Order: sequence, then structure tokens, then C-alpha cells
Amino acid sequence: MTLGLYPGCSLKGSSREYTESVLAVAQACGIELVEIEDWNCCGATAAHNLNKELSLALPARILSLAEKQGMNEIVVPCAACYSRLTVTKYEIAEHPELNETITKANGLEYTGSVGILNIIQMLDKYVTPNLEGRIIKPFEHKVACYYGCLLVRPHEILKFDREEDPQSMDELMLKAGATPIDWAFKTECCGAGLSVSRTSSVGRLSGEILKDAADRGAEAIIVACPMCQSNLDMRREAINSYLGEKIDIPVLYATQVLGLALGLERKALGLQRHFVPVNI
Amino acid sequence: MSAETHHSVISGLAGEILEHTGVKASHCYQCGKCSAGCPLSEEMEYPPSYIMRMLQTDDPVMEEKILRSFTIWVCLTCEMCYSRCPMSIDIPKMMDYLREKSLKEGKANPRAKHIIAFHKSFLDSIRTTGRLYEIGLLVDYKARTFKVMQDMILAPKMLVRGKLNIFPELIKGRAGVSSIFSRSNKKNKKII
Repeated sequence: MTLGLYPGCSLKGSSREYTESVLAVAQACGIELVEIEDWNCCGATAAHNLNKELSLALPARILSLAEKQGMNEIVVPCAACYSRLTVTKYEIAEHPELNETITKANGLEYTGSVGILNIIQMLDKYVTPNLEGRIIKPFEHKVACYYGCLLVRPHEILKFDREEDPQSMDELMLKAGATPIDWAFKTECCGAGLSVSRTSSVGRLSGEILKDAADRGAEAIIVACPMCQSNLDMRREAINSYLGEKIDIPVLYATQVLGLALGLERKALGLQRHFVPVNI
Repeated sequence: MSAETHHSVISGLAGEILEHTGVKASHCYQCGKCSAGCPLSEEMEYPPSYIMRMLQTDDPVMEEKILRSFTIWVCLTCEMCYSRCPMSIDIPKMMDYLREKSLKEGKANPRAKHIIAFHKSFLDSIRTTGRLYEIGLLVDYKARTFKVMQDMILAPKMLVRGKLNIFPELIKGRAGVSSIFSRSNKKNKKII
């Protein structure tokens, strides 16, 4: 079983542990992930905030490369990249006249043939059907599944999970032996793109998220987005100072939890790289 | 009379938005769910539903206020407003259009200068290397904003954890990526 992989920039830098855990889980489950050769940045928030053409041409180049390299389906673990790639595919399909501009800009043919999966979809499709008997170390903790914005919104385009109370990650965590809790901040924004330019807003937004998870007894917050993870983990100082109390709940990627449940080494899942120590 | 014909005459900024993005500000009936759900509305001078109403007035004074507002820059495009809008108005798409226009016309709110500087530093990094180079991004951002000390404590902690690359990753198709930038800049009077 082989799938294309678009890691995106965060997974090569500040969220290295996400890549490590994605690759470790895939390998343990017999899935070969082949990185798209010579991929570029999707442009993220910066591109669509400042320049529409750029925000479509950059992701289209990635999808064209995947096509050219013979990939039918790619997995995009970063929720923000997943959103940019899916929105681009949707926009070009809805407005075929865009294709000409974009093909010209990129100098690459684009047909829109590549399927795009976020990490939860990839796990649901290729990993969970074969989990029977493989969960050797159930992750027996209360977890708050935090989906953030871009994994579920806008539903009109992504058509993935419910926007207000999504369930897919909760179901995955149940299979890993965890107890997902009901809570109010599953799809509230962590502050994402303002992390550097307006850290105080991130302190407030991420603070509210962590506070609710803590109040409801979560032992870990589970994410599927490197922006959410770095805001909730690396920005803990700003968060604690906003809240006026110290919250030490760790923030794990869904793939790290699944890896632990499959009995993989903690180091292979990059757990030592977190700012808030993972002591569970 | 259908909603379409009722609102058939749309001019001004609302008309421009409709033409370029397909977003119909005229469909807003001021229920306020966008402003109630917006995580940033308390930091905005005009929450999203105000912007919608201001657009409906077709008043150039209001339109100028929108383009010069802090609102459009602090909006995170988290898509909450769009997901809750009973009329399915794609407010984030409209915000993207307003930001681009505001910048092109030199009307960006001065309070947003750090937010814009970050976006520009981010895009500069991609233009040069094809991928985001996080150290390069931070250095460029500091140079633009003179916020030299910010995040200085974070960087060494990231390095120790293997979360920062000392050197950028250079893709082979750099020329292709930078030509995407020059093409779109030509159309946009070199805003980035």
C-alpha cells in the first residue's frame, strides 16, 4: 500500500514530531508514504490574506507535481495545508477558467485528478480497519479532541466532519483505548496565524481552549494540526500568563497517541520534543 | 419577488465584492451570529455583522472605514462566521478580498503593521527558497518590525528540541515558484 505525502513546512521544522509519528504509524501498519518530490509551501494564511492568485497557484503546483509523479491520492497531515490544497482543488473545479491562469503561472499541467486526505481520513481509510488485536498498550486517559478550524471548516468545501461537534477524532481515540470527553471548544480557533504577530491574542484564544479542557478533567489534548499544537504547546507561557494559573496538560498529535497504543517507542513518536512534558 | 431580483442593483464596494468573489453582502439580515461566534470580534472595531451592514449602506464613507479598519487584518479566517451564517455568506472570502484591496490602495490600518509584516516575511521566505525557512522568517520579521527581543527565549528551546532548521531547504523548482510571485505581483502593483 503506497500513498503520496505532502508534509508541508511545519512538519519539516517546528512540528518534526508530527512527521515522525505519522511515518512511524504508517510504517507499523504497512503503508508506504512517498513524499511529493520538490514540493513547495502551500502559501498558508499569508498568501490568501494578501494575494488570491498566489494562494491558488502555490497549492496547484503541489497538486500538479503529485499528478506528474503518478500519485492518485495524497495525505496532508497539516490541517492548514489540507485546507489550502482542498480549497484550491475546489476553486479550480468550480471555476475552470482559473486553470489557464494557474497552468501558465506554474508551467505545469493540472487536471485535478489527485485525491486529498487529511490525517484522520487516511487513518480511517487505511489504518483503523486493520487495528483488531493490535492495540497492545491502550491509551487509558481522558482526552479532549481538539479539531480546530481548518480540519472541519468550511464544510461546503471539505465535506469531512460535523462543524460544531465533530466525532471522527473522538472515534479514533476510542479505538486507541482513550476516553474522549465532551467539551465546548472542539472547533474554536487557537489564534493560528497570529502566533508571532499578535501573541497576546493567541494567549487568550488558546487559553480559553486549555481552560475548558482542564476544567472538564482532560489529561491530554489531542490535535491533528501543527499550528494548533505549537500554539497550545509552545505558547504555554503566554497562555498561563493570560489565565493566571499554570496548566500542564500535554498536547499530543492523534498519530502519537495511536503510535503509543500500537506499542511504538516514545522516541520514535517524537514525544521528547514537546515543550510541555508528556508524562502520561 | 425573489431575493435575487430584490437585491438586483448592487453598486459600490458591495457590488465590487460580488463581482470578484460572488459573495452577496446584500443577503445579510443582521442576525449577528457571525459576530457572536467570531473569536476575534472583541478585538475588532467593527465585528463581521457591522461590516456587512456598512457594505449594505452603499455609502463611500462607510466603505472607506472598512478598508481602513483593523477588523479586516485581525480576522483569522477561522471560518466560524461562514459555518454559522444562516444565509451561507462566505465572509472569510470577502475578508480576503478586502485585505488585498486595502493593501493595494495603501489603506492598511497602521495597527495592523505587525500582522502584515509577518505575512510579507512569510511570503518572502517562500519566494526565495520555495519552502518556509523559519529562522529566516523570524529574522526578516524582526527586521521589518524592530521587535528584536520577541521570541528570543523560544528559539534556543526549539533548537534543543530539533524544531528549527539552521539551514533552509531549497527546492529545485525555485525559479518556478518565484515566477508565480512575479506574475501575480505584476497584476497587483507589487504589493508583496
